[in-house]
Amino acid sequence: MTTTVAAPAPAPGREVADRGSKARRYFLIGLAALFSLAAVRVITGVQEVDSPGSLRAAIIATCPILLAALGGLWSERAGVVNIGLEGQMLLGTWGGAFFTYYYGPWVGLAGAIAFGVLGGVVHALATVTFGVDHIVSGVALNLIAVGLTTFLAEAFFSDLDSEFGHGGAQQLTGIQKPYTIEKIPGISDAAASLSDKHWFVVSDVASTVAALTTRISLVTILVFALVVFTGWALWRTRFGLRLRSCGENPEAAESLGINVIMHKYAAVLISGGFAGLGGGYLALVSSPGFHTNQANGRGYIGLAAMIFGNWRPGGALLGSGVFGYTDSLRLRDSATIHAMLLFVGFWLLVFAAWRIYKARRTSGIVLGVFGLLFLLWFALTDEVPRDFTSMTPYVTTLLVLAFASQRLRMPKADGKIYRKGSAG
Amino acid sequence: MNAAKIARSVTQALLAPLIAVIVSAAVTSVVVVVAGASVSDFFDVMLKLPSHRNVVNIVNQSSLIFLAALAAAIGFRMNLFNIGVEGQYTLAAYAAALVAGQAWFPGKVNILVALIVAMVVGAVWAGIAGLLKVTRGVSEVISTIMLNAIAGTIVGYLLSNHGQQYGQGRRTTPIPESSQLSGWTPWAAGDGSIWTLVVLAALAGVVMSVVINRTRFGFDLRATGANEDAAVASGVNVKQMVVVSMVISGAIAGLIWMPALFGGADYYGPPFQRTLGFTGIAVALLGRNRPLGIFFGAVLFAWLSEQANPLGLIADISPSVVQITQGVVVLAVVIAYEVVRRWTAAYEQRELRTALDKEVAA
Repeated sequence: MTTTVAAPAPAPGREVADRGSKARRYFLIGLAALFSLAAVRVITGVQEVDSPGSLRAAIIATCPILLAALGGLWSERAGVVNIGLEGQMLLGTWGGAFFTYYYGPWVGLAGAIAFGVLGGVVHALATVTFGVDHIVSGVALNLIAVGLTTFLAEAFFSDLDSEFGHGGAQQLTGIQKPYTIEKIPGISDAAASLSDKHWFVVSDVASTVAALTTRISLVTILVFALVVFTGWALWRTRFGLRLRSCGENPEAAESLGINVIMHKYAAVLISGGFAGLGGGYLALVSSPGFHTNQANGRGYIGLAAMIFGNWRPGGALLGSGVFGYTDSLRLRDSATIHAMLLFVGFWLLVFAAWRIYKARRTSGIVLGVFGLLFLLWFALTDEVPRDFTSMTPYVTTLLVLAFASQRLRMPKADGKIYRKGSAG
Repeated sequence: MNAAKIARSVTQALLAPLIAVIVSAAVTSVVVVVAGASVSDFFDVMLKLPSHRNVVNIVNQSSLIFLAALAAAIGFRMNLFNIGVEGQYTLAAYAAALVAGQAWFPGKVNILVALIVAMVVGAVWAGIAGLLKVTRGVSEVISTIMLNAIAGTIVGYLLSNHGQQYGQGRRTTPIPESSQLSGWTPWAAGDGSIWTLVVLAALAGVVMSVVINRTRFGFDLRATGANEDAAVASGVNVKQMVVVSMVISGAIAGLIWMPALFGGADYYGPPFQRTLGFTGIAVALLGRNRPLGIFFGAVLFAWLSEQANPLGLIADISPSVVQITQGVVVLAVVIAYEVVRRWTAAYEQRELRTALDKEVAA
């Protein structure tokens, strides 16, 4: 595995925080985000910051990243690093489009999952059975997936043209979408009209409700259900406990009679399935169809979101939300993006103050300087070049990892190659 | 070492690549059949004797791939995954083209300055990932992937806002004629010429080979890759090694596009080839991170891409099929090496046991 440089040990006791306090923490984070967004909206007068339309776009952008992050979570909890998420997503986009064209969207989603699992099989064979380095196998898998989907699209989609979709050498558009809930009577309209009032906080809550109840795909609801499912399956079932033990200490797990190889296989296959579904989501829900190289780095971003979320489903949701929101900003007008400078600057200063309070002066000062620079940027300009927005998720990832990575704890045997019988 | 032993170690070295080539040929054949085309047509096109023009293109292209793979290999030798070659060479190629285009220096000096700029920019961009790793513990895999995306955006932004309008797109100011290198034309002028700076790739390969195998730094690098704990115990400063090897890797990555830039590309703009960084990673894995292995891998990849061009016309197969071949050959080779390694270990264990049994019996 990669050369490790000793990082300071994480603070003890973090892992044993009880469930109540954890739920409360996520609730508080959500509340803080809501209040600060509302404040930014009122101060700058840019309503698009959290209009139902913006939030809806953000949710749609979040889902594929979230699925990749959950996929990464499953596999890394069993100790297998899955850089091949990107490739498995790509396979999912093709599988999703192909099966939707011939059999409809639900079979299409199943096809996306099946193709992702196929990618998972390749990765599991290479890493678990043959003991190839996880990163190496993942990189190779991504190469194969790019080539394979490009080739298969040209071979199978070029001549398609019917009511079920219009093909091309690099795309397949106009395919059927999974069922979308247009409106929930009584709630959607009321929330939308309340959000139009532009009241502080009240309208922001209404926007969120409106975004969650208007034109929402059933698949989106399924994705959020999968976050809960992942948390339950990995932390509340015997299978999950065994799977995680393979990621922490496979030799110990083996000595207790757990079939480590089988659990690692299961984890990587499920991981591939999640990533494949993420690809299917891209082709069927996010956009009007398939095009080549559609994942466009989302697999990697998902991996980063999972690390950001400290290898936990709730954290992965939070991380994906941040990336999804910034990703969706690209489609908004430059005033919205400009307003977000205030948001970022404010939070950087908050973190800086907190760091300094915790006697971490250097990082506090660095964060504070960054925060002030953002505020200056906000005060001195009227808009942000569009190119910079598409850069935001990546810069955010780097900054977050640079400032938070020492608080993160990955599964102990993550990325380590395990051979059966090595417990001795 | 007796003849039998030499024969065995040669077999071991060649067995894995051989298996990989056979597997990837088989997989590609299956894909071709599934797509409804003829396998024999496919192999006819791919194995056809290359024309003079093809040979020139293969040589030129392999020099780029070779440099890219060399850059990736330095890190890989000490288990440092520099996935960021892509971003490093994009940024470096842009910076070098920009500087060379300004023609601040006359003729050949201009080239030298541009080469240095390219190496420095590549080194700095890679150095960020190295510093983040040693000071903040950020995995270089994630940070270099992010830096790739950021580099692409920065270059796109600079080009579209400060570039020279050219056709549909933008480009940097072309380098002056006095700084363009004519290259070597082995056949007719119409067959094209081999870029002068292909020499640079060869030189980099030789230097790297010497540094890795014959210097203290190279030894430390390999030692850290083989067994980090042992390296630390013998006094290697791992943090320093991480930064230094990232910087060297980035500097070489900076050179990737230089043979093309001074061999006829003349500016940074549309003809710039993307994804060479990822091709380089694949070839580094294929060549076991050894310069000689990388050389063969680079030629193989360049051959596949060049020969695939007429596939669509002659065999009715999309040329993108070779991307599958390239991906499969990499995965197959890493698996094959692992399998061969296990076989060898088991075989040696058996040999040892028989030898011991004999001794006990005697």
